[in-house]
Amino acid sequence: MTDTKITPEIVRDHGLTPKEYDLILKGLGREPNLTELGIYSVMWSEHCSYKSSKIHLKKLPTKAPWVICGPGENAGVIDIGDGQAAIFKMESHNHPSFIEPYQGAATGVGGILRDVFTMGARPVANMNALRFGEPDHPKTRHLVAGVVSGIGGYGNCVGVPTVGGETNFDPSYNGNILVNAMTVGLADAEKIFYSAAAGVGNPVVYVGSKTGRDGIHGATMASAEFTDDSEEKRPTVQVGDPFTEKLLIEACLELMATDAIVAIQDMGAAGLTSSSVEMASKGGVGFELILDNVPQREENMLPYEMMLSESQERMLMVLKPGREEMAKAIFEKWELDFAVIGHITDTGNLTLKFKGETVGDIPLNTLVDDAPEYDRPHTATPKRKAVDVEAPKDLKKAVMDLIGGPNLCSRRWIWSQYDHMVMGDTIQRPGGDAAVVRVHGTEKALAISTDVTPRYCYADPVEGGKQAVAETWRNITATGGLPLAITNCLNFGNPERPEIMGQIVGCLEGMAEACVALDYPIVSGNVSLYNETNGKGILPTPAIGGVGILKQSKHMATVPFKGDGQVIMLFGETKNELGASLYQREILKKDEGLPPVVDLAVERRNGDFVRALIENGQLTTVHDLSDGGLIAALADMAISGKTGATITLDDSLPLHVHLFSESQSRYLIAAEPDEAETIRQEARDAGLAVAVLGTTGGDSITVNGGALDLPLAALTAAHEGWFPAFMKNEL
Amino acid sequence: MKSAVIVFPGSNCDRDMAVALEKVTGKKPEMVWHQSADFEKVDFIALPGGFSYGDYLRCGAMSARSTVMKEVIKRAEAGVPVLGVCNGFQVLTETGLLPGALMRNASLHFVCRDVELEVVNDASLFTNGYTAGSNITIPVAHHDGNYYADKETLDALEGEGQVAFRYAEDINGAQRRIAGVLNKKGNVLGMMPHPERMIEPALGGSDGRILFESVMNRLG
Repeated sequence: MTDTKITPEIVRDHGLTPKEYDLILKGLGREPNLTELGIYSVMWSEHCSYKSSKIHLKKLPTKAPWVICGPGENAGVIDIGDGQAAIFKMESHNHPSFIEPYQGAATGVGGILRDVFTMGARPVANMNALRFGEPDHPKTRHLVAGVVSGIGGYGNCVGVPTVGGETNFDPSYNGNILVNAMTVGLADAEKIFYSAAAGVGNPVVYVGSKTGRDGIHGATMASAEFTDDSEEKRPTVQVGDPFTEKLLIEACLELMATDAIVAIQDMGAAGLTSSSVEMASKGGVGFELILDNVPQREENMLPYEMMLSESQERMLMVLKPGREEMAKAIFEKWELDFAVIGHITDTGNLTLKFKGETVGDIPLNTLVDDAPEYDRPHTATPKRKAVDVEAPKDLKKAVMDLIGGPNLCSRRWIWSQYDHMVMGDTIQRPGGDAAVVRVHGTEKALAISTDVTPRYCYADPVEGGKQAVAETWRNITATGGLPLAITNCLNFGNPERPEIMGQIVGCLEGMAEACVALDYPIVSGNVSLYNETNGKGILPTPAIGGVGILKQSKHMATVPFKGDGQVIMLFGETKNELGASLYQREILKKDEGLPPVVDLAVERRNGDFVRALIENGQLTTVHDLSDGGLIAALADMAISGKTGATITLDDSLPLHVHLFSESQSRYLIAAEPDEAETIRQEARDAGLAVAVLGTTGGDSITVNGGALDLPLAALTAAHEGWFPAFMKNEL
Repeated sequence: MKSAVIVFPGSNCDRDMAVALEKVTGKKPEMVWHQSADFEKVDFIALPGGFSYGDYLRCGAMSARSTVMKEVIKRAEAGVPVLGVCNGFQVLTETGLLPGALMRNASLHFVCRDVELEVVNDASLFTNGYTAGSNITIPVAHHDGNYYADKETLDALEGEGQVAFRYAEDINGAQRRIAGVLNKKGNVLGMMPHPERMIEPALGGSDGRILFESVMNRLG
């Protein structure tokens, strides 16, 4: 192993540039051996080092009085009162999921769960954000089926409810789907576990599954573009074992209830390498690992393979001296491997021993501090021209096609395959604006939403970035939750292309602006670049996962209409904003014009007003307006409430603009008749644009005295029918 | 009423079951680990849902042969009431305490949603709070809930009043839409739907609570 001569080809195969290799030579003061080269290559991969995005990520706001731990740890931590903390993060598993959808998605869920329980939290909710190619692309159906069963297969077995998410289809994802998974956990605010190792001589302990040869170089694969022969990379996709993960959660939480742990980190991307390097470097110490002691699944594994394996369901921890036996007993009870594989040193090096020899010795500062950081050239997306978006030829058909089309239809086919009720605290199930999960044993609840509108980010990255953050804020608000913080998963194409780098910079600028204006910091995140196939990038997709809190979960709003005779009102101003709208893309088959603009002050004012009404118990039926505009929101409320509506829209705007405009910061609500006038007056006093549109009731949606008449039965059939028909290939 | 919840590695509805039992009985149930050869005397034993031992073999097959189940079988045969929900039902059929088997759903998909159940037997220890012929709503969440038994067994089950619940519509391909089955003596009930998930309006309803109250009413 140590004899392999490092050639320029080997360097290139490890995804390192000649310049980066020179940095390694300089840092080490000698040539690396193959194991060491492998370690540098994964640590300096885009996935682990954030080398292209780091300087821009620094611009994001990460602080607020309720933030306990911001980015840099395994997950973000916020204070939710009463000594409790919510811990959460979102992460991508795009490349593996495209190659092997079931295992790719499953291990994506497994990895993000570990990021959260590693900090001391019991995971209480899973979410996801999925993007697939166009429905008639030959691979799409297979990928949807595989990803959905992979997410379900893992989450259902682990027993953490998958409570919501979003799914979109767009041709830009044909060769590169996005699978972003998010986990939210609950912990005691006084008992958060971090990854910084400490205490020279303390034992370094490996727990969980054995190490195999799976997933070697996964992080490097995730940092390269796809080509047609990417299928050959299937062996780099890891295989998940949710049963072991469940045991690992229980065993870790049991050990965490004692005071034995100094530091803990999961072995995620780049496995043993990244966990040991991060723990040691954060603690400013060295690690000596005896690789012979690593529990191995296969025979004759080499140091290179052990260090780079991405076998799942493994954790690394530093224990206080003398606690090994007690800890071991817990892991044996749960039938998991437990091995002391090394100790902390004061050398500042990662030292690897195998069969009595030193097989690697790397100064940690060269791995971490010398890691390349690029300020890649970026060009801003050119400003688009405003366009006038015409009315559809057949209004009714346009609405039916949208509501019963791939991007607005019911996602029941997906979420009915996820156990979304286990743990007994899901009080708002999938299909609403945000999922709501009670904080076990309390009156409080967490509201969670994942959102981004890639069309907008493509049309105008700054506005799109703003909108993504604002939409999670709005969705949480629509349930009555106070949005507290976000995590993100930044999915983009190849950062070495200036126009892609321009999208990254623009989206981050917009996100930062929204976070500041809404008091809504970023506490964790993940960057996934090189989402391209054969040089064609995806739409810029900075997925945002927001978390908020309902102090009194009995005061919660939901989407369905709750009976006849309620007064329907629209909060927020509708403008002629059909550029980059779903209507324009799906019905007119165009993508041009300016995306809607978010006025963050208006966003906040409108949201704070709606939330206050819900908290006061004045309002229980609320839906935010997003893709598809007013008519899409109205249809959702009517279909889910099995109640029709009659509304009248004034002539200040053409009817199709009223119906399909995607103007931001708007909410559709239904109020009890005796409350309606008070609410309208209060809204006016608060400065909101408010319009009384009509009333609930009947078995159709009727607009402007029959200018549009949509029987509820047909609408429901279209809305519910698309997904099952698509999956059965019956469209 | 003192109860026990059996916990296998991979059980994941054990907490939900414990919460429901405590809410209804007022007493925290005993949580019994799968390796326990013996446990405290209790009036009621629950086998919770989940993926015991990962269910990598046939669902429930490993658990049925675990140390704790030897004791559970003994007590069930002695008349102690045993409720198996979802994975617990699968375990009960694998032990032979209940007839039949639970196969992969006909759709081949995992299914999680509220389902309408028709109450078939309202006289049993577990169902006396319901009214036969009425419909209740309780969620399911399973991949292998497709109940199968041969015709003679099914006829016998129906004839002896051992079918406790039936799905109002076909959701997993189960023979005669059977959702829950009692043993001959009536002290063992296995069901795929999760009554412990429907114990308060905030969760979508309270129809499941009635099952626990029925047991409580009988056992006191």
